[in-house]
Amino acid sequence: MKTLTHLERLEAESIHIIREVVAEAEKPVMLYSVGKDSAVMLHLARKAFYPSPPPFPLLHVDTTWKFQEMYKLRDQMAELSGMELLVYQNPEAQAKGINPFDHGALHTDMWKTEGLKQALDKYGFDAAFGGARRDEEKSRAKERIFSFRTSSHGWDPKNQRPELWNLYNARKARGESIRVFPISNWTELDIWQYIHLNDIPIVPLYFADKRPTVERDGMLLMVDDDRFPLQPGEEPVMRSIRFRTLGCYPLTGAVESEAKTLPEVIQETLLTTTSERQGRAIDKDAGGAGMEVKKQQGYF
Amino acid sequence: MTESATDPVYVTDKLIAEDIDAYLVQHEHKTMLRFITCGSVDDGKSTLIGRLLYDSKMIFEDQLDALASDSKKVGTQGQEIDFALLVDGLAAEREQGITIDVAYRFFNTEKRKFIVADCPGHEQYTRNMITGASTADLAVILIDARKGVLVQTRRHSFLCHQIGIKNIVLAVNKMDLVDYSQEVFDKILADYTEFAASIGIESFTAMPISGFKGDNITTLSTNTPWYTGPTLVEHLETVEVLSSVDAEKPFRLPVQWVNRPNLDFRGFSGLIATGSVKPGDKVRVLPSGKTSTVTRIVTFDGDLDEAVAGQSVTVCFADEIDCSRGSVISIADNPPQSADQFEATLVWMADEAMIPGRAYWLKLGTQLVSATVAEPKYEVNVNTMEHLAAKTLELNAIGVAEVTTDKQIVFEPYGDNRSLGGFILIDKMTNATVAGGMLNFSLRRSQNVHWQALDIGRAQHAGLKNQKPAVLWFTGLSGSGKSTIANMVEKKLHRMNRHTFLLDGDNVRHGLNKDLGFTEADRIENIRRVGEVSKLMADAGLIVITAFISPFKADRDMVRSMLPEGEFIEVFIDTPLKVAEARDVKGLYKKARSGELKNFTGIDSPYEAPRDPEIRIDTTVVSPEEAASLIVDKLLGDA
Repeated sequence: MKTLTHLERLEAESIHIIREVVAEAEKPVMLYSVGKDSAVMLHLARKAFYPSPPPFPLLHVDTTWKFQEMYKLRDQMAELSGMELLVYQNPEAQAKGINPFDHGALHTDMWKTEGLKQALDKYGFDAAFGGARRDEEKSRAKERIFSFRTSSHGWDPKNQRPELWNLYNARKARGESIRVFPISNWTELDIWQYIHLNDIPIVPLYFADKRPTVERDGMLLMVDDDRFPLQPGEEPVMRSIRFRTLGCYPLTGAVESEAKTLPEVIQETLLTTTSERQGRAIDKDAGGAGMEVKKQQGYF
Repeated sequence: MTESATDPVYVTDKLIAEDIDAYLVQHEHKTMLRFITCGSVDDGKSTLIGRLLYDSKMIFEDQLDALASDSKKVGTQGQEIDFALLVDGLAAEREQGITIDVAYRFFNTEKRKFIVADCPGHEQYTRNMITGASTADLAVILIDARKGVLVQTRRHSFLCHQIGIKNIVLAVNKMDLVDYSQEVFDKILADYTEFAASIGIESFTAMPISGFKGDNITTLSTNTPWYTGPTLVEHLETVEVLSSVDAEKPFRLPVQWVNRPNLDFRGFSGLIATGSVKPGDKVRVLPSGKTSTVTRIVTFDGDLDEAVAGQSVTVCFADEIDCSRGSVISIADNPPQSADQFEATLVWMADEAMIPGRAYWLKLGTQLVSATVAEPKYEVNVNTMEHLAAKTLELNAIGVAEVTTDKQIVFEPYGDNRSLGGFILIDKMTNATVAGGMLNFSLRRSQNVHWQALDIGRAQHAGLKNQKPAVLWFTGLSGSGKSTIANMVEKKLHRMNRHTFLLDGDNVRHGLNKDLGFTEADRIENIRRVGEVSKLMADAGLIVITAFISPFKADRDMVRSMLPEGEFIEVFIDTPLKVAEARDVKGLYKKARSGELKNFTGIDSPYEAPRDPEIRIDTTVVSPEEAASLIVDKLLGDA
């Protein structure tokens, strides 16, 4: 009898989770950030319901500061999957002109954390899929697959519902919601390998290419559009770079690389000596517990 | 840092650098093992996991930098790297120096990917341990070599055994602190062997290790030359995973979702719990009991020739049969049982104690029903395994109790099938998951069933329907026309707004009596059951029409005696054998004559014609239509 490979087991588990949510939630939505984890999650959703299209919309909580190539792929994937794409931009952040250059941590808080809460409230979604993985960060290692949130979107790490076998409790009171992480048990390597095996479209920024960059605070930033304010003496330099994670372009550090194919990217990832979130400014806030604090406030 | 920690050499590393494509092929074909580590912080559990991650290069430089600075601040290992800090994730835990919740960790070796559930060891975290153990293929039970088998060792072993983990590794840790003494190890092994046998653990694998120094983790240690077994990682790489074991069992697929994109496609989606399925397999859908044939196994990547336990699939049937979320698709000739009363082992997980008799939601597979739990038969002292009298179960308590569901659920004992035997209880008010449970067996025997006094009786049922209940019991040879006439009678009554129900012989044998054959004993049981069902339906106020050969007078009289005087109306469809045999609509007489069909009424089994039926229809002189009118007139005229 055939023994399933680890990727086959992970895929089956994720599909099972996605179907459970659709069967039990009233109004689910999939958060789509256009990154590689989102790409895998979307692909799994398409597999879960084939030949039907996934019976929920995609939600992109936009900060207006994503890479241009991300916006392009986002629209392509929505069309390919036959799913409705909802784009939400926090109007308050927009009115105040919140940006990553002038507002630091407030940028993430207003556009992403607040924007997400507003979007979920606006549409009345009671279940939202997210592409977080347990191997990414210490506090995520302990989060459940079905993560229960109060009506104010709070997360209480000490009062999580026990999750036995593959039985998920999706019941909740009106106004409360659940965040669901179908790829909790995938590692970064699994994600890459799955993209490779399934030929899943991803943003070209994951592959090395000559791109205009500046070096700032020890991070290599890409000058993606003319909103990037150059400091005195700064001059964009063309470097062969790629990105290990994708967020707002002024907050996402690139790595110098020559990896132009997926196997090369995977090779580089495996031989590297730093974790993938290292390029993200967000985790460093509030000392070691940065992400845990953010989650309690309602960040995904 | 010790020597072995700075110097792990792996073939995989070379392969990554030299031939990434070959590495990817190797990685693609890895299997996956989920295991749990049990022990308290003192046993060096977190240190062991940190070591496994470190040795398989799952710790990156930035994490290591953070670790080094954390180690100096709050570490318990002086200036050395404190691996435990790697895995104690939540801020509260770091402050208190204990592991509260289950944390999941990941690492790879050349052969496998591993998911480790890192579980807290204290008694007040029993629920967390059960949670981590519920998905595990294997448990590593850590013992501090200096302390030997402790109360907590017993508790962890008991819980792992309860949740059905078959592979147990006894890791005698901190061997470096007892000078790698074989004597110490052998003593612990002997103590544990005795204990394990006493709670029913049939086998386990013991090994001397040091998580801190790295002995016998990935390579056999020169410090323990007397130990010749596998290293911990070797053992983890080769032990059989649960999904392979499940694939050998009968096919079970709990239906999650019905996939219906358009009128031409109807598929049933779910994760295969056990067994395997191929197109062409005959399957039975429970609880309806309807059978069909699998036509396709549909996936995004194309149809499959076979699917096995652990795969998420969508199957299509040849027939349009009733199947929806909560149904279980099973191999046709070996279906699981249904029941509504069970003995179950429960682990209570909520601050609020269990309330006997209160209704909770019970979720088992994809079935959700309302259920009540009786006062526990006993609670188990998890430290001594003694049975204690209990009125309730409090947080972290484990006990055995009767569970009653408001409708029948499809199940298998937990020991046979985790997916169809494991359940959770959900509080209806707070929606919290309050308990995990394992069904041991169903309680279906009649001595456990007591008559319940009911306020609404048969008179009230009949009164509401404004009719007099009756059982029109058709009897006659195969091919005499029973079913045809019975059907016409029901249609007539239906048009007259009468509440009726037709029990047909063939149909009942597909469901209620599918376990019965055609021996004399089985035919008697067949009629007895139909009689009981007819009686219940008449109690419900219905006009019941039955169409069974029912060849034996004694059996028909048995049914007559179940019912109040006048409600049993025997309808003899009188057709001579020659005429019935000449019709032979189903080709059964032919088979019986050739000997292919045994015990066939009229051929090699007798038909005892009623001597004094309420109604007799001679089909050689009356048409079916006329017969139906006669019967209806007689029934309603009498009423």
